[in-house]
Amino acid sequence: MRRAGRNSAFSLAMLGLGFVFLYAPIISLVVYSFNESRLVTVWAGFSTKWYGELFADRQLMDSAWVSLRVAFNTAWSAVVIGTMAAMMLVRFRRFRGKTLFGALITAPLVMPEVITGLSLLLLFVHLGELLGTPIMRGMGTIWIAHTTFATAFVTVVVASRLTEMDRSLEEAAMDLGANRVKVFFIITLPLILPALAAGWLLAFTLSLDDLVIASFVSGPASTTLPMKVFSSVRMGVSPKINALATIWIAAVSIAAIFAWRVMARGERKRRERLRGAN
Amino acid sequence: MRLRARLPGARWLVIALPFLWLLLFFAVPFAIVLKISFAEGLIAMPPYGDLLTRTENGITISLNFQNYLYMVQDSLYVSAYLGSVKVAVVSTLLCLLIGYPMAYAISRLEPAARNVALLLVILPSWTAFLIRIYAWIGILKNNGLVNNFLQWAGLIDEPLQMLHTPLAVYVGVVYTYLPFMILPLYANLVRLDPRLEEAAFDLGARPWQVFLRITLPRTLSGIVAGSMLVMIPVIGEFVIPELLGGPDTLMIGKVLWEEFFNNRDWPVASAVAIIMLLLLIIPITIFHNYQSRELEKELA
Repeated sequence: MRRAGRNSAFSLAMLGLGFVFLYAPIISLVVYSFNESRLVTVWAGFSTKWYGELFADRQLMDSAWVSLRVAFNTAWSAVVIGTMAAMMLVRFRRFRGKTLFGALITAPLVMPEVITGLSLLLLFVHLGELLGTPIMRGMGTIWIAHTTFATAFVTVVVASRLTEMDRSLEEAAMDLGANRVKVFFIITLPLILPALAAGWLLAFTLSLDDLVIASFVSGPASTTLPMKVFSSVRMGVSPKINALATIWIAAVSIAAIFAWRVMARGERKRRERLRGAN
Repeated sequence: MRLRARLPGARWLVIALPFLWLLLFFAVPFAIVLKISFAEGLIAMPPYGDLLTRTENGITISLNFQNYLYMVQDSLYVSAYLGSVKVAVVSTLLCLLIGYPMAYAISRLEPAARNVALLLVILPSWTAFLIRIYAWIGILKNNGLVNNFLQWAGLIDEPLQMLHTPLAVYVGVVYTYLPFMILPLYANLVRLDPRLEEAAFDLGARPWQVFLRITLPRTLSGIVAGSMLVMIPVIGEFVIPELLGGPDTLMIGKVLWEEFFNNRDWPVASAVAIIMLLLLIIPITIFHNYQSRELEKELA
């Protein structure tokens, strides 16, 4: 007899095929980054020369530096503003404008990037006219744009952690006379720290990944890595991009495995503590 | 209340900073886009005219509807909107067809394997989006991996044209957005009580009956959320049609990009954006209602 709650051969096969679909392109990128030939898809022997060429490409390295700095700044600002927004949505009682705020937080999650990019550029141009001096477009404007949409993602991550959190500790601290700011910093913050770390990483990768919005709001002096990659991909494929992709994939995988280990350990500790309490 | 009496400043700061930030950098810009969409295009910097002009009799407001008339008169815009909607709807269905069985399978794995599988679903979306699209160029082009393999196997003599076709756009879109479909579906399926399905089986229901009458109705909110997460951004997608599509791939995000960067026509680009927003208001509202319901469900 078929049992409920078990996987059928069909669903397991779909899962396997789905993973092949998700990972085959990534594996092909990595394999061909070590290819001797300039033709990306013809194998001509093992070589690491494209890595050398990648690091020798000054323009590409400069744009990578721009992107990393913007992503780093975005991650911090999005975590600060996103945590405030999540506290407001989950912990504050209703106030006038809370519904509007909820809409302002969810819309950036799905808003097409061309619309966000265009509207922010027009804002910067207008602000420049209001202030009488044009706003210099560059890393500053990209940072503002990225913080705006990354904040929405951080808010969702932190808000979902706040809702599933046990509130009795916060209430106990408040009963003992701690004020709300103190309760936040000594009780709430340590408890939601994993969500803040996840939000930080998410904001960092979102910023590092963005092509469209940055293209609208950047100036001539600041080209981000995706903008540089995009213009070189439009010219045709190059094994240098494969090498860049491989480094990127390695960095993301290491960060993900590390994050997963940390979370798994936290989960185990929590379960042990629960067992001890019983 | 005690807290408010003690610390009005902190509460205000926590409300004001995110609120003002999003108001200034997310809501106000749309008003400006709306304004520019009624302006006249000029060869100047910035390349649009003023709506308000001071005359002897005071201030006159001149609204220029020409940009919107273009949208109706030039068939390019209409077919680009329709093209975007078609790609968005078809790829949403494809994501659902592929993503549902995957989410179902993950939700029925052992808890430890479940976390690994979820990580494997999310991991690709943390790797640069552009680079994953670039990977598909290498796979689909005429001397790419698929064609090389098919020719080596003797199945075809001439390479198949796959890159720069609608097929490549669908592959790219489904590849990019599949995780956004799987995650909300999984969140629904994992909460589903397996005893419900078990009871239906015990009462003699066939597997497809159990699926249609027990499983599917209970995951409707996940289906809606996943579909919105895929459909709304795909309507405005620029990178995928630009890199994988051909000259006949008309999508509105690409048109907006070209009006802005190639033609430097900011007012027409703004009008394109406003019509796109009107098109998206209903799906965005549905998505927003889902999000707030989820938050309230967790709070309860």
